[in-house]
Amino acid sequence: MSAALDLITRVRGVRGAMLVSAEDGLVVAEQLMEGIKGSAVAALAASLAGRLRRAMEASGTGRSVFWHLQAEQGALLVVPSGEESGNLLVVAVAEPDVNIGLVRLELLRAAEAGT
Amino acid sequence: MSPHTRAVETWTLQPLTDFVREASARLVLVLTPSGQVLAQSGFSRAVDVMSAAALAAAIVASTGELARQLRQPPFAALSHQGPRTGFFLATFLTDRGTLAVLAVYDLDVSSLGIVQLFYEQLAADLKAASPKGAVPKQVLAADFERELTDSLNTLFGR
Repeated sequence: MSAALDLITRVRGVRGAMLVSAEDGLVVAEQLMEGIKGSAVAALAASLAGRLRRAMEASGTGRSVFWHLQAEQGALLVVPSGEESGNLLVVAVAEPDVNIGLVRLELLRAAEAGT
Repeated sequence: MSPHTRAVETWTLQPLTDFVREASARLVLVLTPSGQVLAQSGFSRAVDVMSAAALAAAIVASTGELARQLRQPPFAALSHQGPRTGFFLATFLTDRGTLAVLAVYDLDVSSLGIVQLFYEQLAADLKAASPKGAVPKQVLAADFERELTDSLNTLFGR
């Protein structure tokens, strides 16, 4: 679990990586730089993931495999993982100019490995 | 401000209103460990407030005793989650004495993580807003019914 997070946080510009319980928005594991409030990021990610999942189901587009939220001072990148991609979220908190493709690759690897 | 959020002690109203909005909680009670309600949100019937307050006070008392028997400090929070609804019960210390918050939330609009996150803010806001140097008022058995009736009248705008 920590090895998977370690690979994500090695990407330049990534400020932290987390495993989050998708259902309740609690932190399962985390590797975060100082100043990032893990519980807040986890709650936000799970809340967004839940709403996104329902909206995507309603629109008939299927499950999400990756989403990226760009903000002024950073970015949130998320890959759902676990049984039926609904149990866990692999989350990266990154700087705005991070290499999105590389982070996405590491998030997908972590999710495929079953974290 | 939600018309369904009311307070017996007015300093609790703004923190509670903020919490309800931010955590998307369906029902919330702010009460003392003895079951005296200071504020409520979302309840439409007095009997529901009385039941929820009595049950919450009983849970606080029983988990407190369990912790005492285990020689642990009292549990900070308790959470129970069903298929669609969850509840969160936690206690914290203020200048008004120990207070408890009971929050009921629907899983399709909120989550334990969200409720915990904004509960921390609620507890901090209530600590900051609580009357300084106030001695918690003891509710005597002789006054209990009158106090309860007054509280329920305030909480339901009668």
